[in-house]
Amino acid sequence: MELTLSILIGFMILGAIFAIHAKDLLSAVITTGIVGYSLVIAFLLLKAPDLAIVQIVIETITLIIMVAVVLDSTREELKVKPDFKSYSNIVLSIIFAAVLLFFFVQATAELNLFGDHTLRMAEAYVDQAAEKTGSINLVTGILFDFRGYDTLGEATILFAAALGVLTVLRIKGKK
Amino acid sequence: MKGMSIIVKKVAQLISGLIFLYGIYIITHGHLTPGGGFAGGAIIAGAYILNILAFGSDAMNLKNKEQGSSLSESLAIFIVLMLAVFALFIGSKIFFANYLPKGQLGEIISAGAIPLYNIFIGIEVAAAIITIFLALVIFKEEVKK
Repeated sequence: MELTLSILIGFMILGAIFAIHAKDLLSAVITTGIVGYSLVIAFLLLKAPDLAIVQIVIETITLIIMVAVVLDSTREELKVKPDFKSYSNIVLSIIFAAVLLFFFVQATAELNLFGDHTLRMAEAYVDQAAEKTGSINLVTGILFDFRGYDTLGEATILFAAALGVLTVLRIKGKK
Repeated sequence: MKGMSIIVKKVAQLISGLIFLYGIYIITHGHLTPGGGFAGGAIIAGAYILNILAFGSDAMNLKNKEQGSSLSESLAIFIVLMLAVFALFIGSKIFFANYLPKGQLGEIISAGAIPLYNIFIGIEVAAAIITIFLALVIFKEEVKK
């Protein structure tokens, strides 16, 4: 299980690195698909079919839109000469990653072993959610009952995204 | 955007209805099997997008469709909010309370208000994704002219 996950994650890292360095933008877009679809398999392995369904559909739709955009505009990557600003950005991001890695290593030492369900809140949810919400699918029960605000926020974000796309595209289309 | 060949059109006609039904199944069985409003809404939007890609944007009257989808999106999120507010009038002091009777565990009509939330969140997600897609397609058509 952990070995399969490690292989999948290594595959995802390879795909991401290839997507950055690909000369052709179409192949870069398609290799980002590797990351998304490997994530679907990882969700299935970790027994989260709810997430896997959402991830596979959204990944496919976004890939279609990205491929359409690349085919419509250009397949060549922009050539940008590195200057002082880009070098300072690289140095800053390396420092930031090192600091984050330092604290992540300290934080993971405090956590339970991989796959241990000993979180206090999670146990309460798993034991009582079916009785309290009346829904057998615990994920839906938690999403719409205990964590109703989360769901409302997500729906509002989608609404705002659609509103933003409509507004931005309408102005440009009119001129 | 031009439509594709006759093979793609026929296959899209055959498949898209099934995909639509599957999305409705995922939404209405959200409290019983994996899935729910978000997953089912995205699947329904996928069925619409398949049709638009196969038949091209000239064949369908996209502007009217976009108005309808953005209207149903706004209405759906309004109804979700009203369902949540309605609990306050019935007597529970909690926003987003599960005020309907719970029913038998495992039946289709059970789990109180959760199926209702699922259905309207599903409409919201489907309409939002379709609206974004249609806005991009219409923008492309308008730029071309």
